[in-house]
Amino acid sequence: MTFWLLRRVALFAVSLLVASVLVFALLRLLPGDVAATIAGTDATPQRLAAIRAELGLDRSLPAQYGSWLAGVLRGDFGTSQLNGASVSAELGRKLSVTAPLVLGGALLAVLVALPFGVLAAVRNRTFVGTGISAVSQVGIAVPTLWLGLVLVLVFSVQLGALPAQGFPVDGWADPGSAVRSLVLPWVALGLTEGAVLLRFVRSAVLGVLHSDFLRTARAKGLTRGQALRAHGFRNAALPVVSVLGVQLATLIVGAVVVERVFTLPGVGSMLVVDVGNRDLVKVQGEVFLVVAAVLVISLLVDVAHRLIDPRLREVR
Amino acid sequence: MTALRVLRLVARRPTGAFGLVWLGLLTVGAVVSLFWTPFDPQRTDPGSAWLLPFTDGHVLGTDRIGHDQFSQLLVGARETLVVAVCSALVAAVVGLALGLVAALGPRWVGFSAVALIDILVAFPTLLLAMVLAAVYGSSLGTVVVAIGIGFGVAVARVARAEITAVRGTDYVLAARVGGAGTGRIIRRHLLPNIAPTLIVQLSLVMALAVLVEAALTYLGYGSAPSSPSWGGMLHEQQAHIAARPLLVIWPGLAVALTVLAFNLLGDALREATDPRLVRTR
Repeated sequence: MTFWLLRRVALFAVSLLVASVLVFALLRLLPGDVAATIAGTDATPQRLAAIRAELGLDRSLPAQYGSWLAGVLRGDFGTSQLNGASVSAELGRKLSVTAPLVLGGALLAVLVALPFGVLAAVRNRTFVGTGISAVSQVGIAVPTLWLGLVLVLVFSVQLGALPAQGFPVDGWADPGSAVRSLVLPWVALGLTEGAVLLRFVRSAVLGVLHSDFLRTARAKGLTRGQALRAHGFRNAALPVVSVLGVQLATLIVGAVVVERVFTLPGVGSMLVVDVGNRDLVKVQGEVFLVVAAVLVISLLVDVAHRLIDPRLREVR
Repeated sequence: MTALRVLRLVARRPTGAFGLVWLGLLTVGAVVSLFWTPFDPQRTDPGSAWLLPFTDGHVLGTDRIGHDQFSQLLVGARETLVVAVCSALVAAVVGLALGLVAALGPRWVGFSAVALIDILVAFPTLLLAMVLAAVYGSSLGTVVVAIGIGFGVAVARVARAEITAVRGTDYVLAARVGGAGTGRIIRRHLLPNIAPTLIVQLSLVMALAVLVEAALTYLGYGSAPSSPSWGGMLHEQQAHIAARPLLVIWPGLAVALTVLAFNLLGDALREATDPRLVRTR
C-alpha cells in the first residue's frame, strides 16, 4: 500500500505539472495582450512597452511560466493585471462561498442518490422502481440553471420563503442568512447531480443483486437485506465511488453556472468576469485551481478504491 | 445488423420512439426556420409586448419587446442541433484517434496517451469552452471544438478499453496470421466491433453537449448575442421571472426534452445493439 501510494502521489504531481503547462500555454494563445486593454486606444508604443515591462510580459514564455509556477507553489497566484489586487486573497474570499456551495450540493446529491438508488434496484420492475428511474431520467435532462430558475419561481416569487439571489455582504458573519441564500443553489445542484448518481447506484446494486456471491449468501439463509448489508453494498460501492469523484468535478463546473443564476460572489462568478476582462493572470489561477481540485479528487477516489477493495491491495 | 433493422428495434421501444419523434420534430422545425417562422424572431414590436400564449397568433406569447417566443425557439433549435451533432463528430474523431494510439501504439506511446487522457479529462468542458471563447472570441466554431475535445477525451477512454478488448480476441489473431496489416484489421475488425459502443457514447455526448451549449449561451459565450439561443432566452427572461414566469419555462423545457430525447435514444440503441440485453428479453 505504501509503495502504491508513493507511486500514485508521484503520478499526481506529474499530472499537476503537465496540467499547469497546459493551462499556461492555452492562455498564451490569446491574440493581443492586456497591456493594450490597460493603456486604452490612444496609447503610444512607449507606453505599451512600459506597461509590458511592468507586468513582466516582455520576458520569454518559459521565464514567465517559471515565475508563475514558483508563485503558485508558495500559494501566491500573482496579481490582477487590471487593478494589481492579489489573486490569492480574492480566491480565498470567493472560496468561502464556492466551497460550501459545492460540498453542500455533493452532500445533498449523495443523500438523494443512495437511498432512492438502492430502493430503485431492490424494487426493480415494480411501480416504485420504474417510477424512481423515470424521475431520475428527467432529473438528468433538466439543466441545473433552469431548475434554479424554477426554484426561484416557486420559493422566492410565489412563496417568498427564500432569497432569489445574492449573498450577505459581510459573508458568514450572520450564518443564518448565509445559509438561507445557499439553500436554493444547494437544491438546484444537489437534485440534478443526485439524479445522475442515482442511476449509477441503481445499476451497481442491480449488478450485485444478480451476482453469484449474493445468491450463495441467500442460499445460506440470509434475507436479501442481510445479504446486501453484509456482502452487497461494499461491492456496489466501488463504481459508485468512481462516479462520485467524477460528479464532484462536474459539481465544481455546475457551481459556475449556479453562481451566475443566484448572483453568488464565488469563484465561478469571478471567472466569468475575468474571462470577459481578459485578465490573464487571474483566469490562469482560477482554471488551474479548478483542474488541481479535480486531480486531487481523482487521487482521493483511487485511495478510496484501495481501502474499499482488498483485492486491489493484494495484487500489485 | 443493418442500420434499418437497428432503427426498427429502437423505434419499437417507447423510449426510443420518444427520442426519435422529438428529435425528428426538432430537426424539421430547425430546417423550416431557415425559410419561414411565424414571426420575425428578431423584430421588436412594442405594440405586441407581453402577450400571453395563443393571442394574435403568438403560440407561446411574446416578451418585453414583442419577440415571438415560438419563432425564437425554432431558430434556437438550429444552434442546439448544430452544436450537438458537430461536437459529437469532433468527439468521435478525437476519441477514436486518441483511443487507437493509446491501445495500439508502442508501449511508451500508449502509456503517455493514457496519461494525457487522464490529465485532459480533468479539464472541465465548460471551463475549456469559456477559456477558448476568451481566446478566439465567442463563435459557434469555438463552442463546437471545445465541447468536442472536452468530451472527446472521455470517449477516448471508452474507445481504448474497447479496442484493447477486441485486439486480444481470436478472430483478430486469426486475421493477423492470415496476413492482414494493421490498417486492414482496424477497418475490418476493430471499428465494426466497437461501433455500437461508440454510437451509444456519442448519443450521450450529444445530450451533454446540449446542456453545455445552453449553459454557455446563458453565460453569454455562444454565437452572436443577437441570434436567438435557448440559453440566451433563459438569460434574457430571468430578469422578468416574477412578471412572466412562462417565458422562463419554454426554453428550459425545450432543453430538458432534447436532452431527455438524446439520452433515451442512447438507452434504446444500447438495448437494441447489445446482444446480451436482447437475449434476456
